[in-house]
Amino acid sequence: MNELPQQLANGLILGAMYGLIAIGYTMVYGIVQLINFAHGEIFMVGGFGALSVYLALPSGTSLTLALPVMLLGGIAVSVLVGVAAERFAYRPLRGAPRLAPLITAIGLSIALQQAIWKWYPDGKQARVFPQFKGRALDILGATVQRGDLFVLIAAPLCMLALGFFVSKTRSGRAMQATAQDPDTARLMGINTDRIIVLAFAIGAAFAGVAAVAYGLRTGEVQFRMGFIMGLKAFTAAVLGGIGNIYGAMLGGLVLGVAEALATAYVENIPGMQQFGGGAWKDVWAFVLLILVLLLRPQGLLGERVADRA
Amino acid sequence: MRHRSLLLITTALATGALTLTACGTRGDNKSGDGSKTTVVIGLDAPTTGELSALGLGIRNSAQLALDTANKTGEVKGVTFKLEALDDKALPNVGQQNATKLAGDKSVLGIVGPLNSGVAQSMQQVSKQNNVTLISPANTTPDLTQGPGWRKNNRARQFPTYFRTATTDEVQGAFDGQYAWEKIKAKKVYVIDDQKTYGVGLASSFKDQFTKLGGKIAGTEHISPDDRDFKAVVSKVQSKSPDLVFYGGEYPASGPLSQQLKDGGVTVPLMGGDGMYSGDYIKLNKKAQGDYASSVGKPVEQLASAKKFIADYKAASFKEAYEAYGGSTYDATWALIQAVKKVVADNAGKLPDDARAKVVQAMNTVTFDGVTGKVAFDKYGDTTNTMITAYQVDKGAWKSRFSAEFKKFDKS
Repeated sequence: MNELPQQLANGLILGAMYGLIAIGYTMVYGIVQLINFAHGEIFMVGGFGALSVYLALPSGTSLTLALPVMLLGGIAVSVLVGVAAERFAYRPLRGAPRLAPLITAIGLSIALQQAIWKWYPDGKQARVFPQFKGRALDILGATVQRGDLFVLIAAPLCMLALGFFVSKTRSGRAMQATAQDPDTARLMGINTDRIIVLAFAIGAAFAGVAAVAYGLRTGEVQFRMGFIMGLKAFTAAVLGGIGNIYGAMLGGLVLGVAEALATAYVENIPGMQQFGGGAWKDVWAFVLLILVLLLRPQGLLGERVADRA
Repeated sequence: MRHRSLLLITTALATGALTLTACGTRGDNKSGDGSKTTVVIGLDAPTTGELSALGLGIRNSAQLALDTANKTGEVKGVTFKLEALDDKALPNVGQQNATKLAGDKSVLGIVGPLNSGVAQSMQQVSKQNNVTLISPANTTPDLTQGPGWRKNNRARQFPTYFRTATTDEVQGAFDGQYAWEKIKAKKVYVIDDQKTYGVGLASSFKDQFTKLGGKIAGTEHISPDDRDFKAVVSKVQSKSPDLVFYGGEYPASGPLSQQLKDGGVTVPLMGGDGMYSGDYIKLNKKAQGDYASSVGKPVEQLASAKKFIADYKAASFKEAYEAYGGSTYDATWALIQAVKKVVADNAGKLPDDARAKVVQAMNTVTFDGVTGKVAFDKYGDTTNTMITAYQVDKGAWKSRFSAEFKKFDKS
């Protein structure tokens, strides 16, 4: 049996999730040159937000009906936390040395994890996330779960909407201007504080969508899930060229497919048998990252920019 | 000016509060009537985090054993107290906990931990402080017999370490035999989580299964923090095995089993005691038909366990006793018996070198416990090698087969 279509599908689905989270890293970095390491946790609280909405609905509500409400709930919680983080943790440090907001981000990340751990009912263990019933679908020789269809539909739609927003709307163009030169943008009458909040909000909303996709796919949410996913998404953002929204999605897809293919095929290469399989997939993903950064330091779609630091 | 006075007040308050706390702690130890000595039994288990279902069952069962001993006056003139600490299943936290417990002179023994990896970091502390460490759940052979056990070159590693759970060598071999003889699997795909416990169990399984004539369709290692196993699943599916064996614990194997079935691998997943938890079924909607082995006979089937189950119910703990309830009760009871012997040998009083005496007494302890006869061999391992295979049936673990797996040559 040919394993390739299945592995590609596995990689694309996982990669689409990485990509959605990576948008948040890349947008915030593009505008304020801050690596928001708490973004993984913003993703995590989105999952718990969606779960809370589901639990609040009358039991027996079909998931198809509940999903839009859950999605809104997840996005709302993520955006709320993301914007609050910007307002209370990052804005007071706007003029501070680079290291201060970075450490704040790590602290915030731990605080959010512990908050869920401590206060969410039964949050100390993995919480069961609802899943679609019914048989898996067969698409082009690959088995795709019903829950995975969600991310396959949501990710391109989100990207289209974001592309339209950034290039066609007033706020979107203001955002581009702020990214290029915040001081000049402010002189031109752009409220840069509002733009920064907007960047955090959009990134958080995408993280909320990714969190629902994660819950549907793995059937659980837990307080630690943001750590690994956040790290991978950050890698995806760098891989695609940090600061570039299309790069983030492309980086996510490349990373996901690379992981799936490394799991499946590296061990078939003669002499590499012991370096194959699921245990080594992260190693190969990072080897890829290093290679890309050696050949194209700005990432796959990144632009060469003068060092601002 | 204002700032300085604020600082002064804060300092004064903080100092005052600290002094008061210190008084409180000291007062605690002396409280109670003068004729009774308080012996503290430490407990180390993951009571939060992913493995907390198992960890909380361990904590409650130890509490129950101590409460029972206090109620019946098992050891005259001694009141037992439990000091339960959470290790979050992390080796470094377990080590901190062991150090903390060992620093308290009234701690005469520690029950725990759950994870073999955590035990490795606690053993040295227990040896240095001469405080007994007894685990109800560790199954890695190296902990007692050293890394030489594979070549039958066994040597006791720590004189202070004991356990009431039998080793992975026995359990993995039982699983291999069960898969071959009862499930009648011919070709098995073996996956492990790269942790001490998972790798050991998987390799013992492989040894026994291939010895009997079974074939290994392939091996794979996953990361226990991962929740997306689709790429591994596709690989397993392409090899079409009769059974998938997993060396690891339920937080990863629950999603793994579900994704295997989603991905078209319809054969059951089999694992060891790390998978035998109610949460495995809760986290996995397609658990039907999966197997897990666990140490000891099913507690519910043992006549000796009837009292334990009734008492546990009567104590109305919030959480179930889970996989290690019986073995924890026995481990705690073994410590109580050791303290009893030490006190009896010293004319009814706790001697000054109680810790060392307890360690000595542990080697000779023997009694009929919840899980059967409790006694320890020259490595500190339990002499009880009973293992049971369970299968998920209609949303619950049902016991299928129990056997005393014959001991390997341990000369």
